[in-house]
Amino acid sequence: MRVGVKLLLVAVAVMAAGVVIGFYVSNLTTLAGSPTYSVPVHNVDGHKVVNLELQTVAAVGPKLSPNPDWVSYLIKDQSGQWKRETVWDLPAHATVHVTIYNFDGASGLRNPYLARPQGMVGNRIMVDGKPTDAIDPNDASHTFAVPALGLILAIPGVADDAKNPCGYAPCAMSNAHRTIKFTFHTTTPGHFRWQCFVPCAAGWVYGFGGPMQTIGYMDGFLNVKA
Amino acid sequence: MAGQPSAASPPAESTSHGLRVVLAWLILSAVATPLVAIYVGPLIPPGNASTQATEQVFDNTWMLAVITPVICFLVVFFAYALLSFRAAPGGVVDGPPLRNDSRVQVLWMIATGLIVLFLAGFGTYELLQNGAGGGQGPDPIAVPSGQKFQVQVIGQQWQFTYRYPSLGGLESNQLVLPAHTYIELNVTSLDAVHSFWAYELGVKADANPGVNNVAYVQTKDPTTFHVRCAELCGLWHPYMFNNGRVVDTSQFQKWATQQEHLYASIKPFMDKSESDGGAPYSKTYFPQPDRRAG
Repeated sequence: MRVGVKLLLVAVAVMAAGVVIGFYVSNLTTLAGSPTYSVPVHNVDGHKVVNLELQTVAAVGPKLSPNPDWVSYLIKDQSGQWKRETVWDLPAHATVHVTIYNFDGASGLRNPYLARPQGMVGNRIMVDGKPTDAIDPNDASHTFAVPALGLILAIPGVADDAKNPCGYAPCAMSNAHRTIKFTFHTTTPGHFRWQCFVPCAAGWVYGFGGPMQTIGYMDGFLNVKA
Repeated sequence: MAGQPSAASPPAESTSHGLRVVLAWLILSAVATPLVAIYVGPLIPPGNASTQATEQVFDNTWMLAVITPVICFLVVFFAYALLSFRAAPGGVVDGPPLRNDSRVQVLWMIATGLIVLFLAGFGTYELLQNGAGGGQGPDPIAVPSGQKFQVQVIGQQWQFTYRYPSLGGLESNQLVLPAHTYIELNVTSLDAVHSFWAYELGVKADANPGVNNVAYVQTKDPTTFHVRCAELCGLWHPYMFNNGRVVDTSQFQKWATQQEHLYASIKPFMDKSESDGGAPYSKTYFPQPDRRAG
């Protein structure tokens, strides 16, 4: 084979490898680890409304993950089943009502400033039915934060001595939990990551490994679509 | 090259090669250097949003102007060699033997030595003026004179937040700076190593946990700029960015008042001691929310 042909083949092989690696990295940093869940959209007086029901659990359990002891978010689907899916399709310019049931204890925030709810309607959240514009950073169990939308709120934890704590997820409403409600509005279409800011990954260095660094547990995306 | 016999040319002709290359190089450099300095230099990032950014453009223009003749020489020499020393058609003939020329070696060493020394001196002088927008560590040596407005930059996986000690330690997730003001940025981190890069302002400083990395920047007219993390810091590193604003003084006061109002609800918790889970303003922080983490 001539040298020129060999060089051409090597160049083509290198380019092909680059494309494959690019796709792999792109997939890894966007959607890998969690399938996408299209949240049902309701029309209320011509306005799009979405209801998100979420659980935060201390241990996701063997039914939902090969890492049963990892902390995780779960979402309730249309059939009422809890799923470990953290990439959600949402409509643009919609009102999103969020309810989070937290079954986990407190870990505390690394930066207490993040305990101030912001970016949602009224810059306040409802905690167990009471309006709140700041929680004690020490009581934070998790956060739900979409930095690009300026949305962040801390989720207070279940008391250490609470009765009937949840073991493995999915947790039942009879288990000790906190209920957090808030509303925010989606903006223009986009791909927005969300994350937890509380170092809540038990057993990992500084609480920020494993489920905190893996999409499908404490991180995900809002795919806001037109 | 001078005096070397060539397989393609008789030795008598080859004596003019060096002169030809030098002449071509001088002409090309004389044309290209001012063109590059005048037309290409100003296009080099980061722009004109701060004094430091403008100085960086100036520095980069100078460096580009200095290396332009070097690049011209390489291009001329390469092109001349390709054209003049091609093997003659026909059989494969060995080229002339390469011999040492001490004049060329000495000239090369002097020229490159002077260029490197000039750039080292020039860079050091520019750095010592005001730090050139870079992080200088906790004890900066290039401290601009006059009053400076302090802003703290806090990196965390994966967001930057900003504190204003002159506003009672107010913290915000927005970076807003007053126009025409010297800013002292105190950059630190709460967890991993991040890097605060305010691109259009020409500021870049590592954010290390437990370290106060000081950088200076003098804002100009109102504008917007991008902030990015420039240190691979985990899963959401590519999403660790936001926008900052330089606004005039009255707008800054208005923004500060609005932020103080929002901050009021969290201030009592922030003012607690670190051992109680608070974070009163400090140059560094050692948060310990490790009830579950190791």
